[in-house]
Amino acid sequence: MTTKSLGNPFDGDQSLIHAKTCGCPQCKPGQHESTEPVMEVRPTTVPATGAPAIDAPADSEAMMDRAIESAVVRSVFGHNDHSRRSFMKMMGAGAAAALLGSVFPMDKAKAAVKESLGKLEKTKLNVGFVPITCATPIIMAHPMGFYERYGLDVTVTKTAGWAVARDKSLAGEYDASHMLTPMPLAMTMGAGSTPEPFIMPAVENINGQAIVLHVDHMDKRDPKQWKGFKFGVPFEYSMHNFLLRYYLAENGIDPDKDVQIRVVPPPEMVANLRAGNLDGYLSPDPFNQRAVWEKVGFIHMLTKDIWEGHPCCAFACSQKFATENPNTYGALLRAIIDATQYSNNPENRKEISEAIAPKNYLNQPVPVIQQVLTGYYADGLGEVQNVPDRIDFDPFPWHSMGVWILTQMKRWGYIDGDVDYKGIAEQVYLAGETGKLMEQMGYAAPDKTYKTHTIMGKTFDPASPEEYARSFAIGRV
Amino acid sequence: MASLNVRAALLSFTFLVLALGLWEMATQPPEAEAAMTEYERLMGGADQESRVPPPSAVIKLAWTELSNPFYDAGANDKGIGIQLAYSVYRVLTGYLAAMAIALPIGFLIGMSPLMYKALNPYIQVLRPISPLAWMPLALFIIQDSDASAIFVIFICSIWPMLLNTAFGVANVRQDWVNVARTHELSPVKTALTVILPAAAPTILTGMRISIGIAWLVIVAAEMLVGGTGIGYYVWNEWNNLDLASVIFSILMIGVVGMLLDLALGKAQRLVEYKE
Repeated sequence: MTTKSLGNPFDGDQSLIHAKTCGCPQCKPGQHESTEPVMEVRPTTVPATGAPAIDAPADSEAMMDRAIESAVVRSVFGHNDHSRRSFMKMMGAGAAAALLGSVFPMDKAKAAVKESLGKLEKTKLNVGFVPITCATPIIMAHPMGFYERYGLDVTVTKTAGWAVARDKSLAGEYDASHMLTPMPLAMTMGAGSTPEPFIMPAVENINGQAIVLHVDHMDKRDPKQWKGFKFGVPFEYSMHNFLLRYYLAENGIDPDKDVQIRVVPPPEMVANLRAGNLDGYLSPDPFNQRAVWEKVGFIHMLTKDIWEGHPCCAFACSQKFATENPNTYGALLRAIIDATQYSNNPENRKEISEAIAPKNYLNQPVPVIQQVLTGYYADGLGEVQNVPDRIDFDPFPWHSMGVWILTQMKRWGYIDGDVDYKGIAEQVYLAGETGKLMEQMGYAAPDKTYKTHTIMGKTFDPASPEEYARSFAIGRV
Repeated sequence: MASLNVRAALLSFTFLVLALGLWEMATQPPEAEAAMTEYERLMGGADQESRVPPPSAVIKLAWTELSNPFYDAGANDKGIGIQLAYSVYRVLTGYLAAMAIALPIGFLIGMSPLMYKALNPYIQVLRPISPLAWMPLALFIIQDSDASAIFVIFICSIWPMLLNTAFGVANVRQDWVNVARTHELSPVKTALTVILPAAAPTILTGMRISIGIAWLVIVAAEMLVGGTGIGYYVWNEWNNLDLASVIFSILMIGVVGMLLDLALGKAQRLVEYKE
């Protein structure tokens, strides 16, 4: 089991980030052994005598202790590993631990977290993912040891598409899965599948998609020229579909009459674009950047320019799994929140790109993934763009986002009749619980679950969803 | 003058060299230009332009893959040998299950014209259904992706075996059955000692067609459900638009398919008889 990220947070020689240039004893064994004495006051169960230089926690109990220590110490230093290390070097580990212990009840914190977690009902879990950059937190949590930190042995399984992810989740083959934010809503309501209550405790990523057009259309940057185009989206119940429809409709193009929108699996997008079978698509990365890399397409616009901070993919599981395995579910969610927050930090993005690019995960060239995650990319139009929040990671599942998705499902006729917008959003998107958990883990969480969103300059007020759904000139209601 | 076989082999080899040579020449990467700008670097440089890989790249990749075919680097990254083993396992499981059902039922409807007429409409409707059409239904009902893949193999390889068995059994020469009757053999004994050997070549032909279909189906099924197998391997490399790997896996699929067919061909020769 890798416990690399669980280095002793009181050790100034040890990096907790383990970036590429990391010089900690663990990354460069034998280069400089820690001369720091093993600290005495450290209130853990790790035996103080004979601890190896690398100082890895001995068992899962100790690992949990270490994870909590690490979280507390990290949050004291504002998650800046550099300042933590220089502080520890200056103070010495023992003194630092004692000092921190005097102001922060470390023992109590550990007991509290362990109590709230309890014994894990199940440690071997199957989590599915579709190989796109939106799945970054779910994927990187595996090579970078975030699941292990919470005592979980997770197998992340690559899934061929969302319909299969949905079916495998419904069949119980996956304990939890990467999904699209509208999917758990649709599954709960039984739109496109048998109804089965699903919950979405965390948003996986925000932003992170783009509209890509074929290089032949470089002179057609105005959507009004797009009549007759064939577009690809990866799934019916996806933000891709709803954002593309929204963008087209705002520009006076009826997405059902003036253009054709086809469901095309992401890997087929580039091939279809090259073959001229599609004129463009709104798809998840890396297939936008991949089209540029393959010189068949250009990035017309990022979806963040349609709706800054829109939700994209989700981490979801069945209600049943969460109720039957509350502690496992809690540990898994904590790992995901941690991984999402870690992905959120732009400093970690390069390192993450390298961790998730191999065959076992995304199976893509590192430079493509890096351009997506860092937002420093070639747009296919001859310019190098620098948009650090091209894709971003924020786990908080706003209820208002759920309501917006439902208004669009209503608008385009995916659901009809009276829709209990707030009721469904609150049943599926667990904003309240996730917020509490985030605070417990030392992350800032919003104190409300609804807010207004601005989409292409228009304000969406979650208080009156039905009026909003009917307010558009182009729509099916 | 060398024998026909030697000349054929030489000619085959010449064709191969010619084809590979033309392919290699047609797919040379463009000349690398001077220092790249930042934009060009982010675009993947000049040589990344999407094109079909030359055979040398495919052979190089085949060498690396085949020199370590059984590595296991996590749930989604296993060697080509392991992937092929998964596929062969699924194909054989589904195929054997189909055999266990197709042969007895084929026998039954071959011996009884009544059963043949009664069951034929169903067989004719079910036979032309594509494997991928079964997949969503299988996933929904069986609720297990591995079992669903095996089920799809089963349902698609059952029909040729069933029909050929029925045909073979129905067309056993009446004289032989009459001879058995004059010897007062029991129906079971007649079936086993007279009809089965007589119909065996036709039955084996059906089995040979079935294994070919099963191998065609598995790639499509695994592409859909993912996880393991040669179909998943193709899909995963497609995901990366890595044509060299795709070509390599297509060749591997061809080779294994040929081996399966050869095995059944050998079995067929064992049961042949001369009239």
